[in-house]
Amino acid sequence: MPQRPVTINGKRHVIEADDAMPLLWVLRDLLGMTGTKYGCGAGVCGSCTVLENGRAIRSCQTNFSDTGDKSYTTIEGLSAAGDHPIQKAWLAEDVAQCGYCQPGMILELRSLLRSKASPSSAEIDAALSDHVCRCGSYPRIRKAALLAAKSGGGR
Amino acid sequence: MPVLGRNVPHDSARGHVTGESLYVDDIAPVAGELLVDFLWSPFAHARIRSLDLTKARAADGVAGLFTFRDLHHNLFGPILKDEILLAEDVCTFRGQPIVVIAAENARAIREAKNAIAIDLEELAPILTIDAAIAASSFFPDPRMIRRGDPAAAIARAEHVLEGVFENQGQDHFYLESQAAIAYPGELGALTVHSSTQNPTEVQEVIAHLLGLTMSQVVVLTKRMGGAFGGKECQATHPAVMASLVAQKTGRAARIVYSKDDDMHATGKRHPFQNRYRIGFTRSGEITGAIFELYSDGGAYADLSPAVMARAMTHSDNAYFLSDVEIRGTVCRTNMPPNTAFRGFGGPQGACTIENVMQEIASVLKRDALEVRRANCYQIATRNVTPYGQLLERNTLPRLFTELPARCDYAKRMDGVREFNATSKTHIRGLALTAVKFGISFNTKFLNQANALVNIYLDGSVQVSTGATEMGQGVNTKIRQLVADELGILIDRVHVMITSTEKNNNTSATAASSAADLNGGAAVDACARLRERMTPVARNILSVAAGAPPAAETPQKSEIVFADGFVFDQANPAKKLKFEEVVSAAYKLRVSLGERGFYATPRIDWNWTTGGHPFLYFTMGTACSEVRIDRFTGEMKVLRSDLLMDIGRSINPGVDRGQITGAFIQGMGWLTTEDLRYTESGELLAHSPTTYKIPNINDVPEIFNVDWIEHDNPVNVYGSKAVGEPPLLMAISVWCAVKHALSFVSNGDIPKLRVPATTEEILMRITQYARGEAQLTS
Repeated sequence: MPQRPVTINGKRHVIEADDAMPLLWVLRDLLGMTGTKYGCGAGVCGSCTVLENGRAIRSCQTNFSDTGDKSYTTIEGLSAAGDHPIQKAWLAEDVAQCGYCQPGMILELRSLLRSKASPSSAEIDAALSDHVCRCGSYPRIRKAALLAAKSGGGR
Repeated sequence: MPVLGRNVPHDSARGHVTGESLYVDDIAPVAGELLVDFLWSPFAHARIRSLDLTKARAADGVAGLFTFRDLHHNLFGPILKDEILLAEDVCTFRGQPIVVIAAENARAIREAKNAIAIDLEELAPILTIDAAIAASSFFPDPRMIRRGDPAAAIARAEHVLEGVFENQGQDHFYLESQAAIAYPGELGALTVHSSTQNPTEVQEVIAHLLGLTMSQVVVLTKRMGGAFGGKECQATHPAVMASLVAQKTGRAARIVYSKDDDMHATGKRHPFQNRYRIGFTRSGEITGAIFELYSDGGAYADLSPAVMARAMTHSDNAYFLSDVEIRGTVCRTNMPPNTAFRGFGGPQGACTIENVMQEIASVLKRDALEVRRANCYQIATRNVTPYGQLLERNTLPRLFTELPARCDYAKRMDGVREFNATSKTHIRGLALTAVKFGISFNTKFLNQANALVNIYLDGSVQVSTGATEMGQGVNTKIRQLVADELGILIDRVHVMITSTEKNNNTSATAASSAADLNGGAAVDACARLRERMTPVARNILSVAAGAPPAAETPQKSEIVFADGFVFDQANPAKKLKFEEVVSAAYKLRVSLGERGFYATPRIDWNWTTGGHPFLYFTMGTACSEVRIDRFTGEMKVLRSDLLMDIGRSINPGVDRGQITGAFIQGMGWLTTEDLRYTESGELLAHSPTTYKIPNINDVPEIFNVDWIEHDNPVNVYGSKAVGEPPLLMAISVWCAVKHALSFVSNGDIPKLRVPATTEEILMRITQYARGEAQLTS
C-alpha cells in the first residue's frame, strides 16, 4: 500500500493506506481522530467536513491518493483549548442539540470566514446550505455564525 | 442562585464543538474486534428457495456467517411479539436481514456478501394501504372511540363534508446511523454499547434471542447523534446482530449501518389514510364527526398499535367533538415495520382535523380561524375529550386569542387577500392552527422510572437514570433538578452514561416524557438523601450554636439546602458547606446513595370505558404565512409565529431549541420529504441526494417562538414536556399552502397531500388552471 506524508492539525504523519480509502476513514480508523463524522457517505450532508489547506472539503469524497503533501485541519485541531472564536460563539448561543453535524458546520464556517471576515446572514446561509442538521438548530447556527464573525472567527 | 428556570448550557455543549463527544462508532476498537454487516432481502416479499454460505465462509478475513438457525429464539416485538429478526423461509420486507456477516475488515465483508449464494422467488407483495384494505391484511385489533350518536348528528347537520386525508411516511434521518458494539464477557455475559432510546428493550431482546438472562446483558447508551423515535425499537436489530457475533466468536463485534442501508431497512413514520365525514352548522361548529383511520404498519407490528392509539386520541386535537366516532385499523404490508417518530401518530390525527377546519372554512367562505375558535375546547363546558378526559388548566382559548393579536393575523389576512387579487406571479396563504398533545405513554405501565443518586465524599454527585440523551437536553434538565434538590452548584452534579446495570426495567426515552419521569425519580432520590442528611446537619448546627435558637427567632427552625450550603433557616448566618455535612454523615454511617422511583399518578384508561390516559396536555397555537410561485410551485415560508403553554420551563434555552427544531422537522415531513418507491417497493429516496430534509434556507424568514407563563402543578417543577408537541405546529405551514391554493381552486375545496412538495403544489395549480375536475386526494 502506498505511503504519503499528510499534515493534520499541524503534525506531519506518514500514512500507509489504500489509495481509494476516503480521508474520512484515514482520520477515523487509522489515526483515531473521531471528531470528523460519517453521515451519508455521499458528500451531501456535510458531517465529514474538514479543512484542506484552509478550505472546507468533504472528507468522505476525498481519496487518500489526493491527500499527499496537503495540510488538513479537523475539529480537534481548530484550537488547542477549544476556545476558537467560532467554538466560543457556538457555546454562547448553546447551538448544539445532538451535536453530530456540528464539527462539519463549524469547519465550513471557518472556511467562509477565512475568505470573508464579515459575511452577511445570506452569505452564511449560502455557505451552510450544503449541510444538514436534523435537530433543526439552524436559527442558532446562524446567530452563532454572525457572533463568530464579529468576534474574530476569521483570524 | 436558583438553577431551575435558567439557561444552563447543554451538558455536552463543549464536547460537541471540540469533537470530544463520543458516539458509538467513536469508541476505539479493542484487539480482535470484528466488523458486522448483514445481507438483506432485495424484495418486499420473497421465498428463500436456497441459501449456500460455503463459499462466503471460506472467503479471506471472514470470521463467520450466521442465520436464524444460530439464534436461540427468532421472534420478538414490543407489543405483539410477531417480528422475525433473521428471515427463515420467507422475507416479508425489503431490507429484512437474512444473513449476519462478521469479518476482520470491510473488504472481507464485501467479498463475503458477494459470495453468498441465495436463490429467492419473488412473491406478490402488499405495498400500500389500499392494497392491504383490499386484501383485508390487518393487525389485531381494530379500535374504536365513540361518544354520542355522530351518524344521527351528521344526518341532521346543515352541512356535511366528506374527504380523505393522506400522508406519506418520513425517514428519521438521524445523522448517526444505527450502531452497536458488543463485547463478550465471562460466562456468556455481554456488554453492549448501543445507539438506542431504549436500553432495556435492547437488553431484553438480546437476552431472549440469544438464550441469556437479562441479568447477563448490560446495555449502555452515552448519547445518540439524533434518534427522533427511530432508535426506540429499530436500534434492537443491529444490537442483536453484533451480540450474536460476539456470542458465537468470543470477540468484540461492531455494526454501523451505512446511510443507504439504514434508509432502506428501517421503518419510518406511518403513512395514514384517514377518511372523515363531518356535520357542521352554518357558523362552522362541528355537530358530528366520524373518522376512519388506516395506517401502514409494515410487515411487523412494532409500535404500530400504540401509534394508532395516539393518532386516535389526537384526532380531536384542540377541538371539542360532542358526537364522534374514531375508528383505527393498522394495515399489515410488506414495507419495513413502521415505528415511532416524534409525535407518534399525533401529527397524523391532528393534521386530519386541521385539514377539516380548513375545508369547513372553504365551504362556508369564512376565515378558518373563526371556524377553529367556534370548535375550540372551552374552560367550563365543552371540555371533555372523546375518550373521557376532562381538560384541566386549558389554555387553548387564551392561546387562540393571544397569538392572532401578537402576529397581527386579521391585518395580514387582508394583506394576503389583496396580494392574491393583484399578483400574477405568486399566491400567498395564511393559517393559524393549534396543538393539544397528551403527555404520558398511552400504555399505563410504561409511565414509571427509577434514578440512582450517589453522593461522594467530596460532596460531588453522580446521577444515573434510564433517560437517554439524543440532543434533547434531558440530561441537562435532570442535572438541574438534582442540583436544585440538593442545593448544590450544577458543576458538582454529573449525569452518567445510561446503563441497564444502574437502572433496570426502564421505559424508552419517548413520548416527550423522559424529563418528567426520570426527573421525577431523581427528585425522589434527592428528597430522601436530604431527609437523611437533615438530622446530621441539625445536630452539628445545634452543637455549634451552643443553645437552642431564641424564642424570638422570626423563622421556624428548618434545615435548608441551598447554594452549596446547609443551614437552619432560623439561623441562616451559621452555614455548613454541603461537603461538611456529607463527610459527617459518612462518619455516622448514614447512607449517601439512594434510588428514587416515580410512577405517574392519576392516569388510567382503557378502550372500553375511556378515562384519563394523560397526566396533562402541552398546548400551543401557530400561525404561518407562505408564498408560492404560480409557475414553479416553489413555496417559501415567509413567517411563522409560535405561542405555547409549556408550563414553567426548567431550561428555557433547551426548550426553545426543542420547539424550533421540532417545528422545522415537522415542516420537512409536511413539505419537502418525499419517500418515493418503485412499483415493487424499492425505496428510491434512500440518501440525502434524493431525500430532502430542511436546510438553513428552509427556516421561516421571520420566526417568532414564545410561550406564556402558566404553571403545571401536576408535574416536576411545574414544567411540561416539549419534545414532540411543537412538531405538530408545522401543520400551520401545510394549512397555509392549502389556504393559498383556495385562491386558485375555482371555488372548490383544494386538495393537498402530505408532503406538499413543490411538485405536488405545481400539479394542483396546473390542474386548477386547466379547470380539471379535482383529484380525490
